[in-house]
Amino acid sequence: MKQLALVIDLNVCVGCHACVTSCKEWNTSGPAGFMSDMNPYDADPTGTFFNRVQTFEIGVYPNTETVHFPKSCLHCEDPPCVPVCPTGASYKRKEDGIVLVDYDKCIGCKYCSWACPYGARELDENQKVMKKCTLCVDRIYDESLPESERKPACVLACPTSARLFGDVNEPDSVVSTAIRDNGGYQLMPEWGTNPANHYLPRRKTQITIHEDELIRVDNPLKKERQLPMPDADEQTLDDITSW
Amino acid sequence: MHPAFSVIFLTTLIGVGQGLFLALYTGQLYSVVNVLPVQDSHSFYGLGSLLALVFLVGGLIASVFHLGRPERAWRSAAQWRTSWLSREVIVLPAFMGLTALYGLVHYFDMNPVLFRFSGEFTVDLSLVIGGINTGLAFALFFCTGMIYACIKFLQEWATPLTVLNYVLLGSASGFSLATAFAAYVGSELVTFYGAWAIIITLAAFISRSASLFRNARIKYKSSLRSAIGIRHARIEQKSRGFMAGSFNTREYFHGASAQSFRSLKWIFLVMVFPVPVALISTGLGYGAFPVLALAFAVQYTGLLVERWFFFAQANHPQNLYYQTV
Ligand code: SF4
Ligand code: SF4
Repeated sequence: MKQLALVIDLNVCVGCHACVTSCKEWNTSGPAGFMSDMNPYDADPTGTFFNRVQTFEIGVYPNTETVHFPKSCLHCEDPPCVPVCPTGASYKRKEDGIVLVDYDKCIGCKYCSWACPYGARELDENQKVMKKCTLCVDRIYDESLPESERKPACVLACPTSARLFGDVNEPDSVVSTAIRDNGGYQLMPEWGTNPANHYLPRRKTQITIHEDELIRVDNPLKKERQLPMPDADEQTLDDITSW
Repeated sequence: MHPAFSVIFLTTLIGVGQGLFLALYTGQLYSVVNVLPVQDSHSFYGLGSLLALVFLVGGLIASVFHLGRPERAWRSAAQWRTSWLSREVIVLPAFMGLTALYGLVHYFDMNPVLFRFSGEFTVDLSLVIGGINTGLAFALFFCTGMIYACIKFLQEWATPLTVLNYVLLGSASGFSLATAFAAYVGSELVTFYGAWAIIITLAAFISRSASLFRNARIKYKSSLRSAIGIRHARIEQKSRGFMAGSFNTREYFHGASAQSFRSLKWIFLVMVFPVPVALISTGLGYGAFPVLALAFAVQYTGLLVERWFFFAQANHPQNLYYQTV
């Protein structure tokens, strides 16, 4: 079964919020209606967003690391938000596993938002219906776009390519390979939601060098020292090779 | 969670309605087996059902304020196979309909005897309707409780005690109201209802205390570590991604200070349990309607606080993502 999803690489995300703004831009101009902002220029503004980038500090100074953490609907394979919906407005598509809300059926009871452990759903204050990431369902199948652009807006916007998009159930897809090779993991696995979106951890490249590897074994004096300079009239290596 | 007044009123009001109906029907059952005197259909069962209906309609009206799109509310009966909310939406009107029917059958004396047992016990139409409706009353309590108990990561709610509390608290308030009502219409059942109101209130006290006790010792399964998937003892949020408010910061935090949160717990514990029990005991001695009515009023107000606390106490795991601006 096809399951489209995002894979987010925390090792390269720089926290620039480009995905947040491009998500908002694409989806607020979409056919499903705008994502309303209330009091945008006043005190206490608020608005609907599908995607946010948060920042966490790991460790104790001076051994700290800053992790930027983009967060949106994870399109869970066992989404707890879907069965609780009384109207059937929330559903998971059979054909590609995207979890969607039918804005024409939703009664705005907020029950699904209570049933999502990740806080991925937001009630639109203007339309009074529940909204969440659609994985840009209105652009990934749009044949009027060139093939390379049939991806979610956030993926296209990311300047560091921290966001990958593909089918996590297809073993050789770019996302499956990334998850497999780089230790991709799911959020809050304790609730059995089986999120389709995965995160790639921070990674460091290290090699192990032992002390004897630093000392030349064929050094007759068992000493590391500078070799004597060749005499001025002697040939050097530079004279006989052509690099 | 942020306690919504619509849901606080919905759950407490229909609880009273269900409890009052159960009280009326218990009285009728006892009179069928000749343990208690038969009550007047008109003034007792007819009026009593009307009173229950008033509370149920009040709850229904409150629920409308919870919806963003109430004009589409009819759609919410669709997913009864999976959603407890949908089941509640079906059972509530059914229960209201049968309560109305039960009252009408009594009020207009359209109550033919259906059959007799050993010449002594008679089963009439209202008894059958009431029997079915009793099933619905419990089904409704169960649905309401399960709406909260079925969300497993709201760990304060995910316990059978949640359902039990809904049954017992609703019944307790309904029987308190029945006591006052019986005193008002001058029925002999005042003592009967009063005794049951006290017993159920004490039972509710035990089960509500059990859930408070349990919730004080909850070990949360989710932590910031599992929320962002990084193994380190010290993770601190530096930014939640925006400075202004959002649905996530409004819907899941109760916003009260730790001190008022704690004191509200003691307020409801006093108002729902000992005060009504004392007032009902006093009122029973004199058969005095005002004291019994006060007992119900205090208990109901206490239940509003109890429901506020019930919502506020639930700690949603999404809050882990919204610790700092
Ligand atoms: S992340 Fe939340 S809203 Fe998205 S599918 Fe999972 S449970 Fe549902
Ligand atoms: S808010 Fe809308 S989508 Fe969510 S449970 Fe209610 S009806 Fe379903």
